[in-house]
Amino acid sequence: MDSMPAAAKVNPPAKRKKSRRVRWALYIMLLPALALVAVYSYGPLMGLVIAFQKFEFSKGLFGSQWVGFENFRYIFGLQAFTRALSNTLFISAFKIVLGLIFPIIVAILLNEVRLLWYKRTVQTFIYLPFFISWVIIAGLFKDILSPNTGALNAFLALIGLKPVYFMGNANIFPFTVIFTDLWKGFGYASILYLAAILGIDPSLYEAARVDGANRFRRMLNITVPGIVPIIVLNATLKLGTVLDGGFDQVQNMISPVVYKFGDIIDTLVYRVGIQASRDSMPRYDVAAAIGLFKSVVSFFLVSIAYYLAHRFADYRIF
Amino acid sequence: MRRYKNEVYFDIFNYLILGLLALTCVLPFINVLAVSLSDSAMATANMVGLWPVRFTLSSYAFALTKVRFLLSMLNSVERVLLGVTLNTFLTIVTAYPLSKTKSVFRGRSFFAWFFMVTMLISGGMIPTFLVVTWTGLRNTIWSLVLPGAIPVYNLLILLNFFRQLPSELEESALLDGAGDFTVLFRIFVPLSMPCIATLIVFQAVGHWNEWFAGMVYLDNIEKYPLATYLHNVLQRPNFDNMDKNEIQRLMKISNRTLTSAQIMIGALPIILVYPFFQRFFVKGLTLGSLKG
Repeated sequence: MDSMPAAAKVNPPAKRKKSRRVRWALYIMLLPALALVAVYSYGPLMGLVIAFQKFEFSKGLFGSQWVGFENFRYIFGLQAFTRALSNTLFISAFKIVLGLIFPIIVAILLNEVRLLWYKRTVQTFIYLPFFISWVIIAGLFKDILSPNTGALNAFLALIGLKPVYFMGNANIFPFTVIFTDLWKGFGYASILYLAAILGIDPSLYEAARVDGANRFRRMLNITVPGIVPIIVLNATLKLGTVLDGGFDQVQNMISPVVYKFGDIIDTLVYRVGIQASRDSMPRYDVAAAIGLFKSVVSFFLVSIAYYLAHRFADYRIF
Repeated sequence: MRRYKNEVYFDIFNYLILGLLALTCVLPFINVLAVSLSDSAMATANMVGLWPVRFTLSSYAFALTKVRFLLSMLNSVERVLLGVTLNTFLTIVTAYPLSKTKSVFRGRSFFAWFFMVTMLISGGMIPTFLVVTWTGLRNTIWSLVLPGAIPVYNLLILLNFFRQLPSELEESALLDGAGDFTVLFRIFVPLSMPCIATLIVFQAVGHWNEWFAGMVYLDNIEKYPLATYLHNVLQRPNFDNMDKNEIQRLMKISNRTLTSAQIMIGALPIILVYPFFQRFFVKGLTLGSLKG
């Protein structure tokens, strides 16, 4: 009667009846999350209609005047927007490529370390920055990269180089962003590849050794092909982040002197839509139009990414 | 086993490279720590490397007696506790029904997609800001925890974990007359503790580090969590969030050592718990990758 699976087998109709009973508790459990997601995820999606309005806060969503694609015409003529778009693409492209290649190399090198304590220590150190907030990391680098008192420029002076304005020179700033991002994330990203390498069948290495392949051959012909699927998967999934550029990071490092090559879409949206409220009128509608543009493009990219990942790497989200 | 000479060279090279990489990850912290513990004149004259010069704790004393700084730490603690509780509870009760098959839970696909869609497209910064304003969350702690209360990615991880649990446990409990809440909290949750613990650690770190919501939704500096407060101080150091006494004391220590001290205090909680939670952190990523 209780947990005997045999009983269920003997009496299939009873079991069927059981499964047909509606388990209301399941729906009750889902309610709070449904409500919250409806309000705070779908609500903003509806709110995107203000991109097609001359939105006035006092008149609200239903009272504001509809202007069609006026805001979009405006932003595509806006130099700050086209500039932010190209900056975002530039920064993202470098971040994606370097953020993909570098952790793979680190994982392969880590895998070759035989001294366990050494490997553990290196791992502990290189994972650490990932968990520290960009607020802190940006503050850290502002100090270290400072042209007057920064440790890095002191080092450059030591080998006879002129101080570099890492944070204050618009030409250099994007690379400061790209490399500090790499610094923060490479260690943690390598975990994934290291796990994949550990999953490779050890007998392959054994066989290669018997066949006389040296370590480099084994690395190139066994380790690398062994992790190709996960590399492909990761590269595909990163497609969806092309228009991101890293708001969390850039907003903490940016200053008006580097807008020319440092301003990204999200920092522009923030300035136009929210920060402006402190000194002038915030243009919610224009900012929402920029945001909608980003959301739509990203949606297509993410969908393509998931489709490709599913097709070629058999990746399923749920 | 034969060992080639160039393999030995490779080993040396490999250990060196990895050692250097590890150093680049910690030296910045050590440098700023040394600056924060140094005499302000030495720091301003750029005499501090990796070891404090004329050791002093005055910057820390100043930072830790600033009322707003202390308040912001309290706010952060409150936010982490409230946020993690909400995230964890909601993730658990939402993942459970979604982990059932279609025949047990009618409409599963619809509901699963309902959550999934939010991973593909979002309204973005401005409409979210408006919705938070319209629902009356502005200037309350709820604005920091409610809009992101359902971490969909974590939801998927837990959902997949629930699915791997043997279904016999659930079936027999149900036959014994247990309800779904009992099955979830007496059987599923205890069995999923490794996974849930990892999610808790990630959510706690996330709430501790998050600064933007506080910046946008809170107008009162005294309600800022630590990360937002630090963003404010570091991004535009100004005097209008200090009183006269504080400005006078600040003259004696340099802005640089104070900033460094605040950076270290902000990073410290994570650095301190990090060694203990490292295995959770590492597991977090592989948990997510083992789906499908």
